[in-house]
Amino acid sequence: MTKRRWLQSLLLMILVALGIFAYQTRQVSHAGGSITAVGSTALQPLVEAAGEQYAGDHLGTFINVQGGGTGTGLSQIQEGAVQIGNSDLFAAEQKGIRAKGLVDHRVAVVGITPIVNRKTGITQLTTKQLVAVFTGKVTNWKQVGGKDVPIVLINRAQGSGTRATFEQFGLAGHRSKTAQEQDSSGMVRQIVETTPGAISYVAFSYVTKGVQAVALNHVAPTEANVINNRWKIWSYEHLYTKGQPTGLTKDFIKYVQSPAIQKTLVRLLGYLSPSQMHVERDVHGQITKIGGQHS
Amino acid sequence: MTKSPEQLEHELKRRSKAAKLEIWGRVVSFTALIIIAAVVVAIIGFVASKGLATFTTNHVNLWSFLSGKDWNPSITDAHGKPEVGALSMIVGSFLITILSALVATPFAIGTAVFMNEISPGKGAKILQPVTELLVGIPSVVYGFIGLSVIVPFTRATFGGSGFGILSGTCVLFVMILPTVTSMSADALRAVPRYYREASLALGATQWQTIYKVVLRAATPGLMTAVVFGMARAFGEALAVQMVVGNAALMPHSLVDPAATLTSVLTTGIGNTVMGSLQNNALWSLALVLLVMSLVFNLIIRLIGRKGRLQ
Repeated sequence: MTKRRWLQSLLLMILVALGIFAYQTRQVSHAGGSITAVGSTALQPLVEAAGEQYAGDHLGTFINVQGGGTGTGLSQIQEGAVQIGNSDLFAAEQKGIRAKGLVDHRVAVVGITPIVNRKTGITQLTTKQLVAVFTGKVTNWKQVGGKDVPIVLINRAQGSGTRATFEQFGLAGHRSKTAQEQDSSGMVRQIVETTPGAISYVAFSYVTKGVQAVALNHVAPTEANVINNRWKIWSYEHLYTKGQPTGLTKDFIKYVQSPAIQKTLVRLLGYLSPSQMHVERDVHGQITKIGGQHS
Repeated sequence: MTKSPEQLEHELKRRSKAAKLEIWGRVVSFTALIIIAAVVVAIIGFVASKGLATFTTNHVNLWSFLSGKDWNPSITDAHGKPEVGALSMIVGSFLITILSALVATPFAIGTAVFMNEISPGKGAKILQPVTELLVGIPSVVYGFIGLSVIVPFTRATFGGSGFGILSGTCVLFVMILPTVTSMSADALRAVPRYYREASLALGATQWQTIYKVVLRAATPGLMTAVVFGMARAFGEALAVQMVVGNAALMPHSLVDPAATLTSVLTTGIGNTVMGSLQNNALWSLALVLLVMSLVFNLIIRLIGRKGRLQ
C-alpha cells in the first residue's frame, strides 16, 4: 500500500514538473519569438537552411519550417494560421486562393527540365515533339528520333508546382495525359533512371548523371539560359505573407532576400537568385526585361 | 460491546469500500467509452460533412462521381462540370483488395492448419512469433521493399514501368497474411475437440478430419478472417501508393500503373486548398473509403451471426 502511494506521488510530481517545464519553455521561446513557415517541399530545404542560420545569428529566435505542399502553404497563410506560406506558384494561379491580401516575396528562381532515361537515345526535342509525347500522340521514342522503346510518362501529382510550371511553359499550356504520378522529385528521378523509356521533369538541382536532361529547340537546360529566358521553363519560389510582414517575419524574409543568403545558400542548394535574372515574369507569364546584375 | 440500533443501521447502510471502488470503476470505464464514441462520431461527421460538400456546394452529380472515369478535379469538361470520376480508383482499390485476399487466403489457412492441427507444438512455437513479427513491421518498410525489389522484378519480367496492380498485390499479400493467419488459427482453435475425436474414431484419417470436419466447422471464422484481411488491404495507403503508380486510369492490365482511393488521397491532399473543389473531391474519396470499411464491418457481423445460428 505504501509503495503504491509512493508511486502515485512520484507520478504526480513528474506531471507537475513536466507542466512547469512546458510553461517555462513556452515563455522562453515566446520572448525571443518564433514563426512558422509551411508549404512547398521544393522550397523547404532553402527556408530550412536559412532558418537555421538565422536562428544561429539571432539567439532566442526560432524559424519552424514544415512541408505539406504548395496548396497547404497557401491555404494556411490565407487563414492566417502561419506566418509564412511557401509556394512554387503565384497565389493567383492556385485554385481556391484569394490572392488579394497576400503579399508575395520572391526568394529564388528554379529552372525545370525534362529528363529521360538514358536508354531512349534522346538528347533533344522540339516543343512540338515534347507536347506530342506528353499528350500521348506518340508512344514510341523512335517516332521522335530515339530508339525503339515505348514511352513511359511519369507525372508529378496534380496541383504540384513543378507540374504546373512544366505544363504552362514546357508544354505550351497543354495538359499532360493521365499517367502515373509521383509526389516527390527524388522519386521521379529514381524511376526515370531505372525505367526504360521513361520521361519526366524535375528541377535542375535533381538532375544527376543517371538521367539525361533534354535540350528543347536546341537550347540546353542551363542556368545561363534561364537567366536570359532562352530556357523558358522556370518559376519563382515565393514566400507569402498575409498583409505586409512585421517583426520577426519581416526580418527573416529580408534576411533570405539579402545578398548574403542569395549569393551563398541559394546557389549552393541549386536555385538561382531573382537578382541574377535579366527578365521578370508576372503572374500572367508576361516577360519584361530588367537590368540584371552579372555575377 | 453492543451497538445501538442506529449505529448498526448506519454501519450497514454505509457504502463499503468495495462499493465505492465499484462506482469508481464504472465511472472510469464509462468515461472512456463516451470519449471513444464521441471521437468516432466526430470523425464520421467531419468526413461526411467534408465529403458531401462536393455534391451539395459544388453540385457534382453523385452518379457521375461514382461512374465517371476521368479524374482531373482542377479542370472542367465540355459541359462545364469538373472532371471528378472516381470509378477508376474504386475499381483499382477493389481489384487490389480482392486479388491480394485471393492470394493470401490459401497460404494463411495452410499455415493456420499446420499450426493447429498438424504440428501444434513446433508449429506454434516457430510460426506464432513469425506472424506476430510480420504484423509489427511498419507499412512504409513494406512499401520500400516493394519499391526496391518487387517493382524492378515486375519490370524485368513483364516490361513497362513495373508499377501497377500486380506489384501492389504482392506487397499487400505479405501485409495481410499475418492478420488472416492469426485469425484463421483462432477460428480453428475454436472448433471443439470432440469433433476431431469423433471423426478420428469413425476411422477418418487426419487429412479427412481436417478437410471434412475442422475446416467445415470453422468456415464462418475463416471467412471473417479473410474479410478482415480485405478491410486492411482496402485501407492500406502508404505501401500501396509507393508501388501502384498512381495513375487515375481504368486498369487494363495488371502491370499498367493504376490508382487506389488511398493512393490518390495521399498524393493529392498536400497540393489542394481547404474548401476548394479539389480538396472536397478528395474528402469524397475518403468518405467512400469510410463507407466501404463500414460495409466490411457489416459483412463480418453478418458472417458471425450466421455462424452462431448453425
